[in-house]
Amino acid sequence: MGERITKKLSPRYAVPDRELCAACGACEDVCPLGAIAVYQGQFAKVKETLCVGCGKCVRECPASIIKLEVRA
Amino acid sequence: MNKHWYHYLWIWSLLYFGLGFFNILFSWLGLISFALPLIMAIFFGNKRFCNRYCDRGQTLRALGQLGFSRRKDMPAWMKGKAFRFGFMVFFFGMFGSVLYTTWLVYSGIESLQQVVSLLWTFHFPWEWAYSGDVSPWTAQFAFGLYSLMLTSEVIALVTMLLFRPRSWCVYCPMGTLTQLICQAKSPNLPE
Repeated sequence: MGERITKKLSPRYAVPDRELCAACGACEDVCPLGAIAVYQGQFAKVKETLCVGCGKCVRECPASIIKLEVRA
Repeated sequence: MNKHWYHYLWIWSLLYFGLGFFNILFSWLGLISFALPLIMAIFFGNKRFCNRYCDRGQTLRALGQLGFSRRKDMPAWMKGKAFRFGFMVFFFGMFGSVLYTTWLVYSGIESLQQVVSLLWTFHFPWEWAYSGDVSPWTAQFAFGLYSLMLTSEVIALVTMLLFRPRSWCVYCPMGTLTQLICQAKSPNLPE
């Protein structure tokens, strides 16, 4: 009772390179949490609060333009 | 990853190339792969076709899952804009050449060539796939489109083997074109 529940964010999250992204959607297909999606057919975009930094999208991206970065 | 119905669209690729092998007129069905991504990009401003419904993308993904890909990084030049746009112009130039040849046959300037060309260089006789039931220009377009689809499939499979499964998607001419259309429809998107 009275316990405060806080969501702990993972230390890392995926960051795609918007300029080099081909918007193929390979990342979207493998993300288990739906944290990454192609935005308006132009580039992959990550919902930072959903991403747990599992790295599946990093391994799947054919252009290798997604990196895992440490949260600020 | 949850399996969805569109993950089985690789069956469409198998059917397309299989049917076209025996009857070249089936290659007209390849126009679906030309029209759908354009319709989705022009009218809905998305690349949902690439993301989900592309039979080639699903084929490459499935083969990658089976372990056929080395999963190495592509060379930097292959994912750069110069190569992607250059390949798009070249590919659609080749599609224009297919249309031009079809027009030459339609107007009687050239006769029907019952060959399938691989990589725009190697010509394979393919007479068994055309029985003469339709006008020659219809068959000529079918041979041309089948050649284009087979060539791009071979290139896609080679880059799948050498690099990551969906490497083709990085420089896919239709993917590049639909991305440009989406950018034109919604410029200056925020971060």
